Amino acid sequence: MKKFERLQGLVAPLDRANVDTDLIIPKQFLKSIKRSGFGPNLFDELRYLDEGYPGQDCAQRPRNPDFVLNQPRYEGASVLLARRNFGCGSSREHAPWALEDFGFRVIIAPSFADIFFNNAFKNGLLLITLDDDTVEQLFQAVEATPGYRLDVDLSAQRIHRPDGDIIAFEVDPFRKYCLENGLDDIGLTLTDNSEAIREFETRHRAAQPWLFRDA
Amino acid sequence: MAGRTLYDKLWQSHLVSSREDGTSLIYIDRHLLHEVTSPQAFEGLRLAGRRPWRIDANIATADHNVPTSAKERSAGIAGIEDDVSRIQVQTLDDNTTSFGIETFGINDVRQGIVHIIGPEQGATLPGMTVVCGDSHTATHGAFGALAHGIGTSEVEHVLATQCLIQRKMKNMQVRVEGKLAPHVTAKDIVLAIIGRIGTAGGTGYALEFAGSAIRDLSMEGRMTICNMAIEGGARVGLVGVDQTTIDYVAGRPFAPRGTQWDAAVESWRELVSDEDAVFDRVVTLDAAAIEPQVSWGTSPEMVVGVHERVPDPADAADDTARRGLERALEYMGLSAGQKMTDIRLDRVFIGSCTNARIEDLRAAAAVVKGRRVASSLKQAMVVPGSGLVKRQAEQEGLDRIFLDAGFEWREAGCSMCLAMNADRLGAGEHCASTSNRNFEGRQGYGGRTHLVSPAMAAAAAIEGHFVDVRSYDYDRADAMSA
Ligand code: SF4
Repeated sequence: MKKFERLQGLVAPLDRANVDTDLIIPKQFLKSIKRSGFGPNLFDELRYLDEGYPGQDCAQRPRNPDFVLNQPRYEGASVLLARRNFGCGSSREHAPWALEDFGFRVIIAPSFADIFFNNAFKNGLLLITLDDDTVEQLFQAVEATPGYRLDVDLSAQRIHRPDGDIIAFEVDPFRKYCLENGLDDIGLTLTDNSEAIREFETRHRAAQPWLFRDA
Repeated sequence: MAGRTLYDKLWQSHLVSSREDGTSLIYIDRHLLHEVTSPQAFEGLRLAGRRPWRIDANIATADHNVPTSAKERSAGIAGIEDDVSRIQVQTLDDNTTSFGIETFGINDVRQGIVHIIGPEQGATLPGMTVVCGDSHTATHGAFGALAHGIGTSEVEHVLATQCLIQRKMKNMQVRVEGKLAPHVTAKDIVLAIIGRIGTAGGTGYALEFAGSAIRDLSMEGRMTICNMAIEGGARVGLVGVDQTTIDYVAGRPFAPRGTQWDAAVESWRELVSDEDAVFDRVVTLDAAAIEPQVSWGTSPEMVVGVHERVPDPADAADDTARRGLERALEYMGLSAGQKMTDIRLDRVFIGSCTNARIEDLRAAAAVVKGRRVASSLKQAMVVPGSGLVKRQAEQEGLDRIFLDAGFEWREAGCSMCLAMNADRLGAGEHCASTSNRNFEGRQGYGGRTHLVSPAMAAAAAIEGHFVDVRSYDYDRADAMSA
């Protein structure tokens, strides 16, 4: 996982609530057995005017000029500003893979769906939950100001706005620690907890042997 | 001290360790794997030189991508025509073979949608923690099991450590009290719940379904309800254990036997929320007031009773909501105030992990019996949830009823629920579907999904548009000639 330190990023606004994982990455791309290469198909049905399929050369496809990420002013955006319940729907990790592959590192919204929230952090994305009013203000500022950038400082848990205002945000300490150090959970779990897992397993097996098929 | 909820009990009995900030490790008893969300996890395991922690906790099957036509299925994996799908199904087979994980192969009668076969095999037991790289894993909560949908990184984590990193959720209870009207089903209950709490209403909560109407449901019905907890935003759905649960589990291939069975049943009886347990949020619904539900929009919360009309965006609470409604109407090709019963249908799909169990097929067949699919329909299909459901239905003669009426009768799989295989909607087509998601493009590019119960889907297939199944004349003798 990539480390996350501090990011000065161009902001793209996606003004729509309940953005689901089918919209983030349609199912035909889930047939891949790889983890990378999903970026060109991020928001496929919104970005292109034709129907996408795996293995296509996306550069040749007709783009939807109205879709926000196709507008030149948002090219190179790494911060996505979104509305409530972003990432609802399936557990497909292809959704954060596609967002990350496209170049996003931070997503700001009033709320996120649970499974997506988990998956995103495991792939080096920082998800920031802010109240509705603050998100609304940011939408207005981004739309009014071409080249609008935010400076996201994870260690201080602050977002610096271009006008000098500061927005504080919450992040769970364990997730922050993993992001800042680029740590993968599995290594951590095995180093810190192998013994505890083994002990638990022994007790569990004694109490409920039917949970183990070799019992 | 206040009593504990069922979720509290399951959490505590699987807690391995906790950090100060509440991040915890919980032990996983059962891990179900399928072809779509596992390949990158196996690859990660291999790259790191790791082995699965406990092989016997894992069971695998291919469901999302598998073709459902008998012809394509007959040649096994090699017969899958779509190259990319075939590689993915083959990859699952290779991975599970090389690690020694029990797999129900594509033509094994036990193959089917993971959330149908786990309970069917008794591989899902009360009191277990169950995970799967699929958000509808909440289904297994119907057994008083703590079941989470997880992402691929978590699939890899569970394979490697037998644990999941979690924070404890809050407790929410949805009480459904009273008696349902005839032909109103579990699907209508859960759609009505989602219509009430919204698609984010359960976010951060473990959702326990309780009340007399839930107790009265069969296990199939309870699974339908827990299945769609995620459409209400909750990663976990639960129903407490009672005799119905225990009777369902008894004698299944993976269920305990003999003295172990007796000990298990004794411990399972504890798997209910205590009388004095405190929930962070409680929502109550009157079962008698629930009408057959039909979704009209592009989110499961956009749902109304069959007698209602398509809502007007002008009545929305705020701007974001109004724009959402307008966009949904445009995508669905509907106008505000339109009657739900006037929506003309192009296809009907009876299947998915929500509604492809034997009871669902029986309910649909009872409506269809002796009738014909409307000639205005392009397709009506029934896709059983597993090979065993299919076999059972055939033993009961349900396949004949469907085939005689003009339905297609398919092999088990996810099929048109997410249209990863060849079964899909064309752009602009309206489909009455017993699945769980009506998102844009879910059932095919530009496709328009209406979520309904199996009985409602069956009646819609006969009439070519939605009708109230409660007023349907089940025994109309002259149906064939009508
Ligand atoms: S039937 Fe549909 S919802 Fe269920 S597991 Fe398959 S694709 Fe997912």
